[in-house]
Amino acid sequence: MYHELNDMIVADKLTKTFGDFTAVDAISFEVKKGEIFGFLGANGAGKSTAMRMLCGLLQPSSGSARVAGHDITRQSEKIKQTIGYMSQKFSLYEDLTVKENMRLYGGIYGMNLTAIKAKTASIASALHLQEELDTLVGSLPLGWKQKLAFSVAMFHSPPLVFLDEPTGGVDPVTRREFWELIYAAAHEGTTVFVTTHYMDEAEYCDRVCIMVDGKIQALDKPGALRQMYNTNSIEGVFLQLARTAKRMAD
Amino acid sequence: MLQQFRAFVKKEILHIWRDKRTLFILFGMPIVQITLFGFALTNEVKNASIAILDPAKDEMSAKLTSRISASRYFEVERVIVSPSQIDEAFRTGKIKMAVILPPRFSEELLHTNTATVQFITDASDPNVATTLVNYASSIIHDYQQEITQSQLPYTIHTETRMLYNPQLKGAFNFVPGVMAMILLLVCTMMTSISIVKEKETGTMEVLLASPLPPLLIIIAKAIPYLILSFVNIASILLLSVFVLELPIAGSLALLLAESILFTITALTLGLLISTITASQQVAMLISLVGMFLPTLMFSGFMFPIENMPLPLQIISNIIPAKWYYIIVKAVMIKGLNFSFIWKETLILTGMTLLLMALAVRKFKVRLD
Amino acid sequence: MLRFLLEKEFRQIFRNPAIIRMMFIMPVVQLVILPLAANYEVKNVAIAIVDHDHSSYSQKLVHKAMASGYFKLTGYYPSYKQALVQIEKDKADIIMEIPAHFEKQLVRESEAPLLLSVNAVNGTKANIGAGYLHTIIRQYNQEIRLQWLQMPRLPDQLQIQTTFTNWYNPGMNYQQFMVPGILVVLLTMVGAFLTALNIVKEKEVGTIEQINVTPVKKHLFILGKLIPFWIMGQIVLTLGLLIARLVYHIIPAGNIGLIYLFSSVYLLAVLGLGLLLSTYANTQQQAMLLAFFLLMIFILLGGLYTSIDSMPIWAQAITKFNPVSYFIEVMRMVVMKGSQFSDIRHHLGIMAIFALVLNTWAILNYRKRQ
Repeated sequence: MYHELNDMIVADKLTKTFGDFTAVDAISFEVKKGEIFGFLGANGAGKSTAMRMLCGLLQPSSGSARVAGHDITRQSEKIKQTIGYMSQKFSLYEDLTVKENMRLYGGIYGMNLTAIKAKTASIASALHLQEELDTLVGSLPLGWKQKLAFSVAMFHSPPLVFLDEPTGGVDPVTRREFWELIYAAAHEGTTVFVTTHYMDEAEYCDRVCIMVDGKIQALDKPGALRQMYNTNSIEGVFLQLARTAKRMAD
Repeated sequence: MLQQFRAFVKKEILHIWRDKRTLFILFGMPIVQITLFGFALTNEVKNASIAILDPAKDEMSAKLTSRISASRYFEVERVIVSPSQIDEAFRTGKIKMAVILPPRFSEELLHTNTATVQFITDASDPNVATTLVNYASSIIHDYQQEITQSQLPYTIHTETRMLYNPQLKGAFNFVPGVMAMILLLVCTMMTSISIVKEKETGTMEVLLASPLPPLLIIIAKAIPYLILSFVNIASILLLSVFVLELPIAGSLALLLAESILFTITALTLGLLISTITASQQVAMLISLVGMFLPTLMFSGFMFPIENMPLPLQIISNIIPAKWYYIIVKAVMIKGLNFSFIWKETLILTGMTLLLMALAVRKFKVRLD
Repeated sequence: MLRFLLEKEFRQIFRNPAIIRMMFIMPVVQLVILPLAANYEVKNVAIAIVDHDHSSYSQKLVHKAMASGYFKLTGYYPSYKQALVQIEKDKADIIMEIPAHFEKQLVRESEAPLLLSVNAVNGTKANIGAGYLHTIIRQYNQEIRLQWLQMPRLPDQLQIQTTFTNWYNPGMNYQQFMVPGILVVLLTMVGAFLTALNIVKEKEVGTIEQINVTPVKKHLFILGKLIPFWIMGQIVLTLGLLIARLVYHIIPAGNIGLIYLFSSVYLLAVLGLGLLLSTYANTQQQAMLLAFFLLMIFILLGGLYTSIDSMPIWAQAITKFNPVSYFIEVMRMVVMKGSQFSDIRHHLGIMAIFALVLNTWAILNYRKRQ
């Protein structure tokens, strides 16, 4: 059956409906250990919904999936132990400082104080956040907030991390820096599942999955996709596929 | 501009309309509360548990005892038979009063023409204690009249008429009071929270960037609540008349007009609160924790204002609900016309204008 | 893990000075002022007199009523109609109409009528005010009899005397009764409103999502919210008891430890209710409305303002589910009557059930996954 050892995520006809609206329509795919897996699609294509099901934030309507070997329907709390998550909407505590947020999440994942201190120091230096450790998160600029959200998602060194539009709304330089962080994480063996609607970012992924109207329309390495659709960018691929879209972006 | 304004109002109405849960609570709340309070709240004391200690157990004492237990004011707890049990019965809250008859009731009464009945009350609730003593005394007084039977000479026959509320129903007093409370608190809370929420989420900036004057934006936010309140006023009045059997003795139009004025006062108050607070939590703390008890206690429907110390009587004047309560009583229960309430109306109007001026000023300061 | 959650909640509370200030200052200010306003005692009943008789008897009657101290005179009016205007304007509570030939009739025909018209919108005041006046008229009547009858003839009448003793509060001090009650109400409002807003605020802002994606245990998350507010509640209670002692000189007759014992369980119940509402609501506005709806019922039917015994049976049944009424009763028992643990254990047991049910319900209804 599935290669559990090599596959971090295995989704099988995963579906989510809200009323008579099918947000995610029977998608099936695998994500291999250590790869950067990109989920590409227009707003409202169902990327976030799919991701939220895999993280245990949403109950699937039908179909199944395993994340890190655990069934998402029955073992969602076990999955949560092994994943990191960065939501599309910034969701750290703005009335706590950078350090306090890290301490809270480190504590929730069961790290001890020494480990939390060490990790805080190493992340702060990697992200050049040393100066901001005692700043209230609410007063940080957006780019910093995103970096912080990423570092909190990575704080307990999870083998798998979900990033939901991590670079939404930040400037190109910060986006570039951000992808360096993602590469660094992948280099250390972390599997990265990332959604984005920036087409150029798809090129940075090992494999890309393009969603249109809740369905997977294409899934392959970026180079292979370009070749298949006979265009020189993922954007070209996307535009060809998106032409069939009926769903309005919201 | 008018068109834009209309669009804004429409947006706000849609906003509330889509939130079915809130809508359900908003409409359901006054209906449940008025019914509940209309029936349950009464200052009368009924069915109070008491103990009667009758060591004599003779004919006359038995008659007196049965007189007291037959009264709807009392519920006789029969387990308590000796004075030593009274303290415990009070402490556990089993009884509120003990009536102690003398050991030889009939004998004393027939031989010496006088006997003494003692009441011991649990005065931890002084109001109940006083009322119970009054009730019991008058039952005993009636009983005494009955056994003497003869008509005394030189008697003044007092005829008492209870005006407006011959059955002395609690609802006549509490419905206007509760109505004032619900309208004031709900309107104040809803407007202040909904405006502060826009500040919190940052959408206020977007609204203020629109070409519509800020004041109109704020007014647009208040209009849906004015409409909601109107529905609530209507449902409260319908319930009062058809379920609680209260009269609307005066002009319905006048009552509605005054109610709308009061609602506007409440909305303006909510507006003012929203301009001086930055978070929903603080707005809520002010409009509920800060206003609930003062409104309850100073509007006059719970405690007579004329009994309060002078400084508090003065404070009570700044409570809008006090004036509305007076107006509702006058128009609804007493059936008076505008000439009796113009002063109260003027005060409410003045308050509204003052609150409005303050809110606009605060609002401008914030913009600069 | 709980330790980190608690750290977080405390930091958030203390980082919002506006909330802290209100949480403590509002109850304190209200507790100092409001009990002074709470006085049911009926006095200063305003009487409008319509005296058609203008006799010495009618004047004596009015004089006697005024001398009693319960009444104040609105004025003399030539007709009932004019006196009624005073009632309509709320300037008078009772009209006493003395018919023409009152004195003559009483002396010659041995009986005379007297008319009282009472503003009964507020039933209690009407009842008690009229009751006072009846007593005074009776006494006055007795005086007249004594004047006209030979002394020895009267004691032939049977007379049942009544005396009364007011236990626990001989001075009939309303503050003794109101202060602990208002303290309970304030404590309940602060606790329930703040917790009702708490989880839903995290939903509205979105921070709950980051929490929900962690393996945090639901009961620990709820406990992390419960404990800080529980401590705040005990501080508010302590401040309140201090005010009761310093401002109103109320010293509990019973063991003050019993009050804290009960409040420990009571706060769990009230905070649990707040958290439960918070798990149901989608927005802070919804949570607020729900909390206001329930608290208004709890407070008005809590037995502080009107007696629970007087309510219809069905309403009394509702108050069995009203945590506020239990604490108000326990306060009154311990503070004024010196009740012991054995007297309140029944209340304590019920409150423990409330606390258990509400918190379990809140934990179950808090869903980490939609």
